[in-house]
Amino acid sequence: MTGNEAVAAGVKLSNVKVIAAYPITPQTTIVEKLAEMVANGELNSKFIEVESEHSAMSAVTASEMTGVRSFTASSSHGLLYMHEALHWAAGMRLPLVMTVVNRAIGPPWSIWGEHTDSFNQKDTGWLQMYCETNQEAMDSILLGYKIAENNKLLLPVMNMLDAFTLSHTSEPVEVRSHSTAADYLGELELESKMDFNNPAGYGSIVPPDGPFMEMKKDMRDSMYNATNAIKKEITTFNDLFNAELPGLTENFMMEDADYALITLGAISSTAKYTIRKLRERGQKVGLIRLYFYRPFPGEEIVKAVKGLKGLGVVERNLSFGQRGPTFEDVATALYGRVDVPMRNYVVGLGGRDVRVKDYELMFENLVEGNNEIEWVNVEAR
Amino acid sequence: MPFLPITYASTSTKILSSWRTSKPVIDYTKCTRCAICWKFCPDVAIDLVVDSRLKSPNEKFSSLEAPSIDYDHCKGCGICETECPFGAIEMVREEE
Amino acid sequence: MPLTIPREEYMEQGHTACAGCGAALSMRYMLKAAGPKTALAIPACCWSVVPGEFPATNLKVPLLYTPFAAAGAAISGLREGLDAQGKEDYNVFAFAGDGGTADIGLQGLSAAMERGHNVIYIMYDNEAYMNTGIQRSGSTPYGAWTTTTPVGMKRDFKKQNKKFVADLMIAQNVPYVATATIGYPEDLERKISIAKSIKGPKFIQILSPCPPGWYHNSADTVKISRLAVESKVFPLYEFRNGKFSLFKPGKTARLTDYLSLQGRFAHLKDDEIKVIEESVNERWSYLLKKEQS
Repeated sequence: MTGNEAVAAGVKLSNVKVIAAYPITPQTTIVEKLAEMVANGELNSKFIEVESEHSAMSAVTASEMTGVRSFTASSSHGLLYMHEALHWAAGMRLPLVMTVVNRAIGPPWSIWGEHTDSFNQKDTGWLQMYCETNQEAMDSILLGYKIAENNKLLLPVMNMLDAFTLSHTSEPVEVRSHSTAADYLGELELESKMDFNNPAGYGSIVPPDGPFMEMKKDMRDSMYNATNAIKKEITTFNDLFNAELPGLTENFMMEDADYALITLGAISSTAKYTIRKLRERGQKVGLIRLYFYRPFPGEEIVKAVKGLKGLGVVERNLSFGQRGPTFEDVATALYGRVDVPMRNYVVGLGGRDVRVKDYELMFENLVEGNNEIEWVNVEAR
Repeated sequence: MPFLPITYASTSTKILSSWRTSKPVIDYTKCTRCAICWKFCPDVAIDLVVDSRLKSPNEKFSSLEAPSIDYDHCKGCGICETECPFGAIEMVREEE
Repeated sequence: MPLTIPREEYMEQGHTACAGCGAALSMRYMLKAAGPKTALAIPACCWSVVPGEFPATNLKVPLLYTPFAAAGAAISGLREGLDAQGKEDYNVFAFAGDGGTADIGLQGLSAAMERGHNVIYIMYDNEAYMNTGIQRSGSTPYGAWTTTTPVGMKRDFKKQNKKFVADLMIAQNVPYVATATIGYPEDLERKISIAKSIKGPKFIQILSPCPPGWYHNSADTVKISRLAVESKVFPLYEFRNGKFSLFKPGKTARLTDYLSLQGRFAHLKDDEIKVIEESVNERWSYLLKKEQS
């Protein structure tokens, strides 16, 4: 099935009760599939055909507040339009799950893949997971709800898959057992849900001498402290479903590597192919794929990069006036702990191919180490 | 459980009398217990009570519920004075 | 004397509304008719502050605060979330100001009404962005001073007519649309009760005078509300199942009776008042015709 179909199947397995969504390419086939499931009675869920993404997120925030599992999906400009409401959902500590099909931001218009849309949301209080395969896209929905609904965390989860490369491309996907999934997730029991017997204000104003900072600190602490619970949950998931989810990160041929790249999402597959090829030629190269981006897997990266002679951070998104956000985050994690020469490579914007020869070039540049290149597969102007 | 932005406590313990510059005073001899002042109070600061001390010369009114100003919560807007059809409420300037 | 509106209070004292706040009365009356089985969504507006600071709330019903533009979407989500649990007998209300309804929230409102959720949207109309300090909104009437239409040397008061959101809701054929104001609490209670009895989307616009924003004496809030109706500036009407009915006040007032109590109109010259008078009359004839057709 396609990545989008896999997501819809994951939503069905999660027994979601309210869906609100607004169409945007390349997310549409997720919500079309869900609407079809609801129409056929396969999925017992309310479906709100909202008039905007801001309303989509506001509607599922409200429905989740009543205590029912809710879902939405978006992409690109739609995700940016949700930005305010994303903060609202996280600030209210609601365990929502949403899927983002990563697409470029205009102008100029582009409907193709890159990660800038979700990178612009990394500071909203949502957990972020980047999928490499369609199987992961399905599994991450179930896992996402399980993690989000953990009473110690209660933060929403954003699942990413790359436009078209995953969303519209078919791969073999094993649909998890419905009864196992139902037992695994159970019904949502949200202690903080709207209570008519003990009416409250949900999100009331807090003055400067009130616990505003304490609440924000609690959100940040909860996210930081979630890493162990997430790792445990992934192990449980893999055992229960016979699945192969990585940890917070996936280390690929890293054991004896001298040089490595860091990637996220679907472009990791080409990187792995390239690494196998270079290994055949005797080059000691490897890959660290970040499955989770929030909480940021700093400890995992520190462990993985020890002894490397060079580390390239591959960035399928863009920040202006500074290096890429992934580069910054990795450098922050390594600061004062591991000293590894680092390079930053910007690739694949607006759906530009990231080819085997591009990865070869990046590794070559890491090894040679003389001239610093930042942009890969870009025409000189 | 996380630290949630959820508020349950009552606001009725808050004393707002310092907001006032003048306070409504009811002349119970003029009051007909019509409850119009109760109806139009935006601060929910007028209670309806049966209190034999709030005498009216008219026997007919004495047994009825009479309005009683909750001075802890009255902000002194003066709507009750304007709306009272019997001129039974007067706004009196608060002492400094 | 029997009370003419329900005795039960679902709004507590100790809230932080200004003295003589019309919007506080709107909430008080609305909740009396709504009752305890009510979920409320409030976007940014005066009422996002009035219920009190953490850890307090002055409402005896659950209240979800939402982003400014999100009232329509939030009540949609609350409704479907409750229905998904079989709680169809609970009411879902939005309580939003005129900025959050006529301006930034109009798209969300229109869409929620079009989708047909079983919800009641209350617009408490104080005719400007009062919580942020009296800035002009689409619902501010012609002639009004606001902090963004400050009159000045160039007579820069609001030059555009008020956008009547309730009229827009009629154009959308919302099953029940009404206007109301706090000077007529019994009428307001009746309209909320009717709205509760109808399954589907409902919209009620409540004119809610604002002493600091309209520059009027806080004691005159209720009086001004009645004068707005008696002078035909704010006609009370109901639209139900496609039928429109207009309330004709038994007592009439002159336009200047209404304007003269409010400092926001104090700068107006005779010819400018004439413009208001003409548009009030024009609108009244339009509404009369609507009733007859």
